[in-house]
Amino acid sequence: MVEFAGFAMPLHYGSIKAEHLAVRQGVGVFDVSHMGEFWVVGDEALPFLEYATTNRAGRLKQGRAQYTMLPNVEGGVVDDAYLYLPDPGRYLMVVNAANVAKDYRHLTALLPGYDAQVYDASEETALLAVQGPKTVELLSGLTDADLERPKKNAVFRAEVAGRPAILARTGYTGEDGFEVFLTPEDAPGVFQALVEAGATPAGLGARDTLRLEMGYPLYGHELTDATNPLCTPYAWVIKPKEPPFLGQERMQAAPCRERLVGLWMESGISREGYPVEKDGRPVGRVTSGGISPVLGRGIALAWVEAGLAEEGTGLEVVIRGRRHPARVHALPFIRR
Amino acid sequence: MKVPEELKYRETHEWVRIEDGVATVGITDYAQEELGDVVYVELPEVGRAVRGGEAVAVIESVKTASDIYAPLSGEVVAVNEALADHPEKVNEDPYGEGWIFKLRIADPAEVEALLDAEAYRKLVASEG
Repeated sequence: MVEFAGFAMPLHYGSIKAEHLAVRQGVGVFDVSHMGEFWVVGDEALPFLEYATTNRAGRLKQGRAQYTMLPNVEGGVVDDAYLYLPDPGRYLMVVNAANVAKDYRHLTALLPGYDAQVYDASEETALLAVQGPKTVELLSGLTDADLERPKKNAVFRAEVAGRPAILARTGYTGEDGFEVFLTPEDAPGVFQALVEAGATPAGLGARDTLRLEMGYPLYGHELTDATNPLCTPYAWVIKPKEPPFLGQERMQAAPCRERLVGLWMESGISREGYPVEKDGRPVGRVTSGGISPVLGRGIALAWVEAGLAEEGTGLEVVIRGRRHPARVHALPFIRR
Repeated sequence: MKVPEELKYRETHEWVRIEDGVATVGITDYAQEELGDVVYVELPEVGRAVRGGEAVAVIESVKTASDIYAPLSGEVVAVNEALADHPEKVNEDPYGEGWIFKLRIADPAEVEALLDAEAYRKLVASEG
């Protein structure tokens, strides 16, 4: 168990690698109840969200979800988030556990002038992520809902193992799967039912290696208050609009001196903070790194000088004083 | 968790087997369990003179990179080349095929400072 954002969390239940491969090949279940959940409601919830998030909340139809970011006034990122519209006019925003208090303060400070409210439901909401190619098969045994029909990013209410839940075809692993919102009272029983049906319990360690193989960001590593998201592979979430979102002009005006890229290690395993060089000259640093259990090699995300961000560019990562060759690689690292 | 009686231990979770003035070194069952799946072992060079407490090898697991310390001063006389292809031996057989390097002991008096099995078990219990 490790301490993470004030929660005692399992880093792994046995082997990170075995849990990782279970999610890539079968089904894994993660207890991610530490994530924060806000309900955004009110007549002007939508204009408020258009101002407070970078993606187009207005394009979200009922029963759909979208990845988004919370910008700050300086053009940086307060948090990245998933925005769901499970019920008419009631938005559910899922944010990072470590940022719940910061996000809540930030969002409520933006509320004046909007007929909207933000309600922090983190304490009364549990979240299980059921992920892997066999999720539909396994989960269908525990619900009457048709799980074949909902597309990626669909969200709807249904019962799971006899308990009321919100189901969303979303996740953080790159695999098919559902995230299941429950009450904290119901979550242990549903988790147990999923495990008894054949899902492999998976911890934070596998969650991190899975997201790294996909090149997904983890707030505090790839994204920070000072990060310009337009210089990252996640720039697609930034949708300049009229009226503009908070900090839009500053974000658009800031030049990208560095870009966030994927690095494919020719040898060695790079870790967060390791220096990146080009012919011995410092040009960047690793934000997240490790071994890909699927590829059996080191992969990383790193900031590098903007001129060195092109796919295939040869660089070096300094690992314990030794330079290891690396190549700028397209994301994701693995083909799905 | 296995802690063989006949071995000596360092508080940084290395074990030592002493035979004819040569110390074979590996990491304990507890350490391999904590590290999780070992994917790479960076071995020292044979012939290198090391001081007790010096970081001489690195174990990379899926989770993290960890230094392995020389429990005693001496010269590295052998390294476990088999770990290059089978780093998982460190998990599967930490006290046998998962050994990491061998040292010719420079100062036998240093052996006295190592922990015996009982002391090591107590140390782990206090960390757990």
